[in-house]
Amino acid sequence: MNRSFHKSQTLRFYDCGAVEVKSKFGAEFRRFSLDRHRPGEFKDFYQLVVHAHHLTGADVTIGYADVHGDLLPINNDDNFCKAVSSACPLLRVFVQKREEADGCSFGAGALSRKRRMLVGLREEGLRRRALPAIGLPRDFRPVSSIIDVDILPETHRRVRLYRHGCEKPLGFYIRDGTSMRVTAQGLEKVPGIFISRMVPGGLAESTGLLAVNDEVLEVNGIEVAGKTLDQATDMMIANSHNLIITVKPANQRNNVVRGSRTSGSSGQSTDSTASPQSLPPAQNFHPDELESDEEADIVIEGALTPPPPPIGSLLRLNSHGSIHRRLLSSLQADPRHSLALSPGGIEEHGPAVTL
Amino acid sequence: MTVTAAAWTELCGLSEQTVEHGFPHQPSALGYSASLRMLAIGTRSGAIKLYGAPGVEFMGLHRENNAVVQVHFLPDQCRLVTLLDDNSLHLWSLKVKGGVSELQEEESFTLRGPPGSAPSATQITVILPHSCRELLYLGTESGSVFVVQLPAFRMLEDRTLSSDAVLQRLPEEARHRRVFEMVEALQEHPRDPNQILIGYSRGLVVVWDLRTGGVVHHFLSSQQLEGVCWQRDGQLMVSCHSDGSYCQWPVAGDTQQLEPLPSCVPYGPFPCKAITKIFWLTTRKGLPFTIFQGGMPRASYGDRHCISVVHGSQQTAFDFTSRVIDFMVLAEADSAAASDDPYALLVLAEEELVVIDLTAAGWPPVQPPYLASLHCSAITCSHHVSNIPLKLWERVIAAGSKQSTHFSSMEWPIDGGTSLAPDPPQRDLLLTGHEDGTVRFWDASGVCLRLLYKLSTVRVFLTDSDPSDSLHAQGEEEWPPLRKVGSFDPYSDDPRLGIQKIFLCKYSGYLAVAGTAGQVLVLELNDEEAEHAVVQVEADLLQDQEGYRWKGHERLCARPGPVRFEPGFQPFVLVQCQPPAVVTSLALHSEWRLVAFGTSHGFGLFDHQQRRQVFVKCTLHPSDQLALEGPLSRVKSLKKSLRQSFRRMRRSRVSSRKRRPMGHPGEVPEASAKVERAGLQSVELAPVQRKIEARSAEDSFTGFVRTLYFADTYLRDSSRHCPSLWAGTNGGTVYAFSLRVPPAERRMDEPVRAEQAKEIQLMHRAPVVGILVLDGHSVPLPEPLEVAHDLSKSPDMQGSHQLLVISEEQFKVFTLPKVSAKLKLKLTALEGSRVRRASVAHFSSCRTEDYGEHHLTVLTNLGDVQVVSLPLLKPQVRFSCIRREDVSGIASCVFTKYGQGFYLISPSEFERFSLSTKWLVEPRCLVQSVETKGHRRPHNGAGPEKAEVRPRNSESRSAVEERTRGPTMQHALLNDERVLKEVQSTLEGDRGSCGDWRSQRVVGYSLSNGGAE
Repeated sequence: MNRSFHKSQTLRFYDCGAVEVKSKFGAEFRRFSLDRHRPGEFKDFYQLVVHAHHLTGADVTIGYADVHGDLLPINNDDNFCKAVSSACPLLRVFVQKREEADGCSFGAGALSRKRRMLVGLREEGLRRRALPAIGLPRDFRPVSSIIDVDILPETHRRVRLYRHGCEKPLGFYIRDGTSMRVTAQGLEKVPGIFISRMVPGGLAESTGLLAVNDEVLEVNGIEVAGKTLDQATDMMIANSHNLIITVKPANQRNNVVRGSRTSGSSGQSTDSTASPQSLPPAQNFHPDELESDEEADIVIEGALTPPPPPIGSLLRLNSHGSIHRRLLSSLQADPRHSLALSPGGIEEHGPAVTL
Repeated sequence: MTVTAAAWTELCGLSEQTVEHGFPHQPSALGYSASLRMLAIGTRSGAIKLYGAPGVEFMGLHRENNAVVQVHFLPDQCRLVTLLDDNSLHLWSLKVKGGVSELQEEESFTLRGPPGSAPSATQITVILPHSCRELLYLGTESGSVFVVQLPAFRMLEDRTLSSDAVLQRLPEEARHRRVFEMVEALQEHPRDPNQILIGYSRGLVVVWDLRTGGVVHHFLSSQQLEGVCWQRDGQLMVSCHSDGSYCQWPVAGDTQQLEPLPSCVPYGPFPCKAITKIFWLTTRKGLPFTIFQGGMPRASYGDRHCISVVHGSQQTAFDFTSRVIDFMVLAEADSAAASDDPYALLVLAEEELVVIDLTAAGWPPVQPPYLASLHCSAITCSHHVSNIPLKLWERVIAAGSKQSTHFSSMEWPIDGGTSLAPDPPQRDLLLTGHEDGTVRFWDASGVCLRLLYKLSTVRVFLTDSDPSDSLHAQGEEEWPPLRKVGSFDPYSDDPRLGIQKIFLCKYSGYLAVAGTAGQVLVLELNDEEAEHAVVQVEADLLQDQEGYRWKGHERLCARPGPVRFEPGFQPFVLVQCQPPAVVTSLALHSEWRLVAFGTSHGFGLFDHQQRRQVFVKCTLHPSDQLALEGPLSRVKSLKKSLRQSFRRMRRSRVSSRKRRPMGHPGEVPEASAKVERAGLQSVELAPVQRKIEARSAEDSFTGFVRTLYFADTYLRDSSRHCPSLWAGTNGGTVYAFSLRVPPAERRMDEPVRAEQAKEIQLMHRAPVVGILVLDGHSVPLPEPLEVAHDLSKSPDMQGSHQLLVISEEQFKVFTLPKVSAKLKLKLTALEGSRVRRASVAHFSSCRTEDYGEHHLTVLTNLGDVQVVSLPLLKPQVRFSCIRREDVSGIASCVFTKYGQGFYLISPSEFERFSLSTKWLVEPRCLVQSVETKGHRRPHNGAGPEKAEVRPRNSESRSAVEERTRGPTMQHALLNDERVLKEVQSTLEGDRGSCGDWRSQRVVGYSLSNGGAE
């Protein structure tokens, strides 16, 4: 995708070797230029930006607006290079102090406002080489999404929580309760399972898509009707690496309104139209994709090989790179492990073949 | 390997009929039929269980969840009447259907008085089944005696005997209204069925003539009446009283008012407790037996549960460790015989059944072939071993027989009915570990769970109490002459002795046993008594890491120097884990002579040939403080356990009440969950919340070693296989060590080496409960020595092996030697249930001979049993088996290698279920009453006392021949072709003999069925 834009830009700016940079910090702008083909190293660029804004000594994060207008980070050679080469024609750079960025970073704060920009980020972020000075990878991770909007009744919401590599707790509680259903016998009270509490700062709360008193209808495509609270708990924990819960929000006012059927979506309509027993299956994610996203077990061959070369170069990076680093760092922090295992012998196998 | 869905029904299905082993929980009533030679036990939960000869047993359940208060067999019939504590009467009968008897409830009845009368007027206190077979006399609290006609419980109102009517017929001087109150005793005259004896609690006893409607005799004692007993000839009546005395009343002549012989207070002169029941039994030799319950001196022995037997100068007070529910004396059943000649005393105590031989000197107990008191010390774990080689079986029995020398040689006297069940196809052992440090070996091959041998590990350790003390506690001249009987002893000297894991190798006779305080014992079977020192080794699972403090219990102190061990399994190695935490997993490889053990801190491998530790591995996460500190602090745990026990009590009350109204067993969990949920809301309690959080490496007890497994497989590369040890932890980690075991000729010279080869971290981090390696044909690797004994095909070492890891949430197959995931079944994600137990079972087809497949049997936390196919991990069938609320039942479940399972339904009872269609253990038996049998066996009324038992023995020998034909026919019914041919040939040879095999009354039982020799 980026490559194609790059092409079109090189056509347009055929003979232009320099890229104009417009760097913004707060309300201040600085302008300078870079060589499109030899942009140099990120380290130098960082120094240049800090110097230009007179921010020497402060820790800053640097982002840029790509061709779609999305805010993407510049924090290593790769994405710096990409940013320069894909500039069209102007490279707009945004500088923030790290302390401020933490408050409303790419992740939590910016996310709710500009959710769409983050989807593309994840892969980008993971393709970075593992260098010690990696800035906030968690800022560039999708934490949740609403899926299957087109097939679910408008009163329901299917939320996917991405937890892999995230240090945040899922952070919610469920309870037993009753809900009203329209059945052949009329309105009937049936037992249901509800969200009872949100942990402040937890993943569930930060998504803004789940709330206390939302009724849980499904866990990863399996209905919870007829299941006990303990069963539902076990199912959620078993799926905690990639949890998809279908809820009937207690607050029905923020439902997604679909194009042609706007009429029936307002107000707190009870479930008269769509029986929760026959929710359409989760479609927009393929099972294989699901599997590959979770639980690739880590196998450590206990080969007592000679001391390994630097870790980074040994790691075969794929979409689970960050998991590795986490494991690795935990291993290194653990004196017991470092006795028994050499950290270099880590290898990771590809996604599991599914049944 | 793949089979169609139809073929699955050939392989497995949960049988409707289950077998219960052990002693009924909370027994509340005892009945005995001298004519059927069967006993009946009623329980507080409304169950009724009948037992005859070993293998003959029936069970019934009242629809009401009320305690059974009384059980009475109807004279000479296959029927019995039960009285529940809601005052309802129930008639049960044994009906023959398709060649086997079934216990069925026929009728029920509640006695109602005239409108407006007090409920106590019809509260039944005693029941007399009259010898005319169709009348029941019911004594009540009001003093009236009602008469009902069976089988329809038709009340004969005109024959009701009110106390007023009796009062009218009494002579003037005896007419005090005060002497009546409730009916305490109702007995038929032993010689004249038209006379019945009615005893009232205030002390009046009358003999009533049913024809004339008058008082024949009356006796008035000054003490509160507890019970009465006729002498066999009706010449004497004995009454027992609340002050601990009994009186003899001669019943002779025409005099109505009778004076007693001097009353006797057996344990006087100080105040005594009541004698609640008494038997007065005559013998041919002259001196009668007096057997009574209670009567002990109130102050010093008032808390004892005693039954005293007095015969001439001999007197023994049998002292039971639990409350006596009721007792019976087994005596001459033929009413025409001149004397009772009692031969056995049958006592039902709250926790065990004890039978005492009254014919042998010293009155020794008889070893019961069933109703074993499994919980004589609380069961802490169990282990099942299928298909025991004959050699080991005989050695275990031989070791056990040397332990049971204190038992009487009398054959089991309760031998009614005929067991028609085929002989068990193989010999199975169930090993139970107990809180007191013993391991009991049970014959679990058939319907009767019989104790074969008891191993005690206590001798290895120094404990506070010396076992020899208890023997000298009772001096010769003690009064009262107490004697402890029975095996129920719930008090453990030291909870650290408790057995937690057992592993028996059936081929080599090696046994590994591990306990609560981190002790791991390796034992070897020795037929001789031996004295030797036990090698002691310490395994430091923390590997000298600093900063850890164990706050749990101390290790047990081992006894220094040589220790004398009785024949049987004798320990030779003691590995002591440090810290001394509970041993949570154990594996033994008898071929490599290695034993592996794990606790919450790590695991280790020990070479018991060289008596050397091979390695230890710490699995503890450094931040896991909880695991370090050991069991919760005393205060906390006490509080917690109290709370839990209350909760359990409440729960059990609720769930057991709900058990019956629901027709379908499968519906119960759903329904009860709904009811519970609805109940919760109605009370408006703060709802229960569950936290949704992924497991993390920082969770507590992740290092807890859950499973250990030895396998000879391709761990390192695909060209060479080698011995390996696998360990799985609570945190979802699997460790694999490659082992180098020196060849046999250099086994003692070179050390066993181990090297960590792999570590797998399951991303879902659920506890690993099972590890298994499948060979090139996807068949689980055989047990050690199985191939050497030609009992298994050698595993396929050509194709690539696969590793199956079973966690609480998933089943996952990996390739070997390069570990990559191949298949998985996400059980928890699919249905919300977690794996509690999983093991491989061999399912044989019930249609095709010699066809069978290996699959996984799985028990979930919801009490469901599932069969998961190998190697494709497809869930095939699912049955709801244990109630999901029954946590201890689910925790106690063990699977056998042939698709059966055992779990505790109460502390004292195992329920056995079968998933295999081929191997089914169920009681199939036939009981027939006197009239259908034609004639009763001639009971030898003449001859010396000893002859009481002998005739039965000699008869049983001849009966064995008759008997073998019974099971043969049964085999035929089971479509066993080979046996069918055998039967055909017998029929052709001897046409007449087979026809009446069923009508033959069989006494005794064959040895294969568990004779008490």
